[in-house]
Amino acid sequence: MSAHASHAPNRSGLWDYLTTVDHKKIAILYLIAGGIFFLAGGLEALLIRLQLMYPEIEFVGAKTFNELITMHGTTMIFLAVMPIIFALMNAIVPLQIGARDVAFPFVNALGFWLFFFGGVLLNTSWFLGGAPDAGWTSYTTLALNQYSGRGVDFYVLGLQIAGLGTLIGGINFLVTIINMRAPGMTFMRMPMFTWASFITSGLILFAFPAITVGLVLLMFDRLFGGNFFNPDAGGNVVIWEHLFWIFGHPEVYILILPAFGIISEVVSTFSRKRLFGYSSMVFATALIGFLGFMVWAHHMFTTGLGAIANTLFGLATMLIAVPTGIKIFNWLLTMWGGQIRFPTANLFAVGFIPTFTIGGMTGVMLAVPPADYQYHDSYFVVAHFHYVIVGGLVFGLFSGLYYWWPKMFGKMLNETIGKWNFWTFFIGFHLTFFPQHFLGLMGMPRRVFTYLKDQNLDMGNFISTIGAFGMTIGTILFMINVVVAAKSSKRAPADPWDGRSLEWAIPSPPPEYNFVQTPLVRGLDALWVEKMAGNKGMTPAEPIGDIHMPSPSFLPFLMSLGLFVAGYGFIYHNYVVVVIGILATLACMFTRSVKDDPGYHIHEDELEEKGVKA
Amino acid sequence: MANHHAHAVLPDEPEKATLEGKNKVLGFWLFLGGETVLFGSLFATFIALRDQANGGPTSQALFDMNLVAVATLLLLTSSMTSVMATLALHRKDLKKIQLWLTITVILGLGFLALEIYEFVHYVHEGLKMSTSAFSSAFYTLVGFHGAHVAFGICWITLLQLSATKKGLTVVTAPKFYLACLYWHFIDVVWVFIFTVVYLMGMIGGKVG
Ligand code: HEM
Ligand SMILES: [Cu+2]
Repeated sequence: MSAHASHAPNRSGLWDYLTTVDHKKIAILYLIAGGIFFLAGGLEALLIRLQLMYPEIEFVGAKTFNELITMHGTTMIFLAVMPIIFALMNAIVPLQIGARDVAFPFVNALGFWLFFFGGVLLNTSWFLGGAPDAGWTSYTTLALNQYSGRGVDFYVLGLQIAGLGTLIGGINFLVTIINMRAPGMTFMRMPMFTWASFITSGLILFAFPAITVGLVLLMFDRLFGGNFFNPDAGGNVVIWEHLFWIFGHPEVYILILPAFGIISEVVSTFSRKRLFGYSSMVFATALIGFLGFMVWAHHMFTTGLGAIANTLFGLATMLIAVPTGIKIFNWLLTMWGGQIRFPTANLFAVGFIPTFTIGGMTGVMLAVPPADYQYHDSYFVVAHFHYVIVGGLVFGLFSGLYYWWPKMFGKMLNETIGKWNFWTFFIGFHLTFFPQHFLGLMGMPRRVFTYLKDQNLDMGNFISTIGAFGMTIGTILFMINVVVAAKSSKRAPADPWDGRSLEWAIPSPPPEYNFVQTPLVRGLDALWVEKMAGNKGMTPAEPIGDIHMPSPSFLPFLMSLGLFVAGYGFIYHNYVVVVIGILATLACMFTRSVKDDPGYHIHEDELEEKGVKA
Repeated sequence: MANHHAHAVLPDEPEKATLEGKNKVLGFWLFLGGETVLFGSLFATFIALRDQANGGPTSQALFDMNLVAVATLLLLTSSMTSVMATLALHRKDLKKIQLWLTITVILGLGFLALEIYEFVHYVHEGLKMSTSAFSSAFYTLVGFHGAHVAFGICWITLLQLSATKKGLTVVTAPKFYLACLYWHFIDVVWVFIFTVVYLMGMIGGKVG
């Protein structure tokens, strides 16, 4: 025993969260940080919409407008929705596969802190001389020194640091899902959310290195006089476009697949039916993941790749509609004949289906290269991707949050506020983005800070801005709901929705070791199988015994802080600071690798409850 | 059970004897998958820009194949010695592991020294980072690999130092195994660099 402490290190409050390696606490960190960035991105969106509310006004002006659209897109994609997805993955995936922990708890914490410090670095640009202004796609040469300010340096370094965090997070989930499933949890018995997280993690692994390289090259061009994207010295701007979209297109599937997973869970639970066509759902998810890598050039139809390339990429893109269609039919058939209930979680899930379908349809329209020459860089594209990302992913996230909130926090969200939350957000959303299809078709280009009077653009823009207020109200209602839930004294039961998968078999919130005894899985919808067999809970797969836990550590925080400091060193060309920052990070890495973490044990008699309960 | 790391009898394949070990090995393979995409992107960029010398020195004018051949020889030999270290790991022979890894590190250092010499030489010949798109792509791709070699040398050395105290256990075994795997990977990458950057660079002309 000697090397092992037998008690949990006593840490509380902030210090607990700064050092935690518990996936459930890391989930909460991701949720809080992602939530804050979501509010920042939302505020930026509101300012954009105010500037566009009336023609020819000078509300924020052209320069700030460029910064706002750049930061809005970048923040939302990298710092808001990705982390909230990671929050849900962290909170739920280990529970759904019956694991005590993730494969690499330390790396998990490191992933969070890298994302966090990357995001903070990026956002400090607002106060340090101006935010990046070259669009979230940061196309070169626009993003080179000649045409944009220091803000792009913040973009390059902030995203690099945050991206590393995402990458190691992806590896962690892959290994967790492959190696840590409970006995009997075969791949074809995994809940759809876990499947989606699995494929998403695979996409992260193969997509993020591409943007890592793109960012390195852009950084070299901007900071060290490189010439990758400088046509005067033989550079080639299309390389950036390729690298960005080789990452960027899979990224949109990295975002949407977890939402698909959530919808599958929610729809089946609230229809009291197993998911229709489970194996075709798994197949469709994998196929979408695969095709996601084949279609990046549909963002570059107008770049001049040539007719053959455009045709092939156009066709490959349209193919994605097939597995996506399979999913939509399966959800509908799951509801068909089910005993449907409509708590807020299911409202968002059901609202998701038609909304996302519209986004998919405009996607297919965009995938026709000659037609795309008309739509490209117009508000039509803006409408398309907001239908899929907000109407798809954000609806999915709201659904998932209402569904799993009791599991994560042990408190139920209020249903009345929830319904108001849904309807204001849903109506606000469609008011905002539906008119943008027509604005685009009438020729309104994206990324321009104003438009002329009497071009038939006034009405659409006005409605769109009103809609944005609706979404704002919805978001505020959600925050109110969170506070109300936190204040309420009623504790959520272990299984409030009559759930089907393993996470509902343990208390809400789960104890730090998740399962007292690793459960034995005897079919798809593991908990439901036991319920149908008349059992009170899961059948255990092992006797009760001591549980080994990893120790908390401050190193992930310090390692990320080191890179954060080095980031500023690069931005301000102060190489002493760079060296200090990187040495600090390396020192932490070496400390970690030399000092083994023996962890600690939770004793049998300290376990909260005996047996695996339902 | 898992807490009494048996110093006496080490299981077969000690690197995969525990769940932690298994996780590490799998996680590292996945990480190498990501690294493959990373180097793939750098290679693609280099290939797109290799003829864009912008009036500066071209690869044909610069490259000295004798130097590169020696560097390649050193690195490939070090790959073999790292395999010997892995074999010794499977025989649970710490002394041999340490011996083979020491040779690996020395060969790696030799490679790195030649590369630094090469870069300094090119800068004198007028090839700076900012000279052309070709120069940027060259220094980035080859330098990235060099940085990986440097990191590997530090990593292996540190591992060797700490293992003298800790011995070969189910905790240290996966670390040795992964370090060897990593070293092998960067050697494989070098084979591609040798072909794409140097051999193709000597021939010159457009590809495809
Ligand atoms: C059937 C499925 C889909 C098809 C066929 C499709 C097709 C396309 C095409 C062709 C474009 C390029 C338009 C242009 O720039 O001219 C585009 C843009 C975009 N799509 Fe989709 N898409 C689909 C689903 C999705 C999903 C699921 C997401 C995200 C969750 C998404 C997010 C985006 C984004 C963010 C852009 C704009 C990128 C930018 O230029 O800033 N799409 N889509
Ligand atoms: Cu795309």
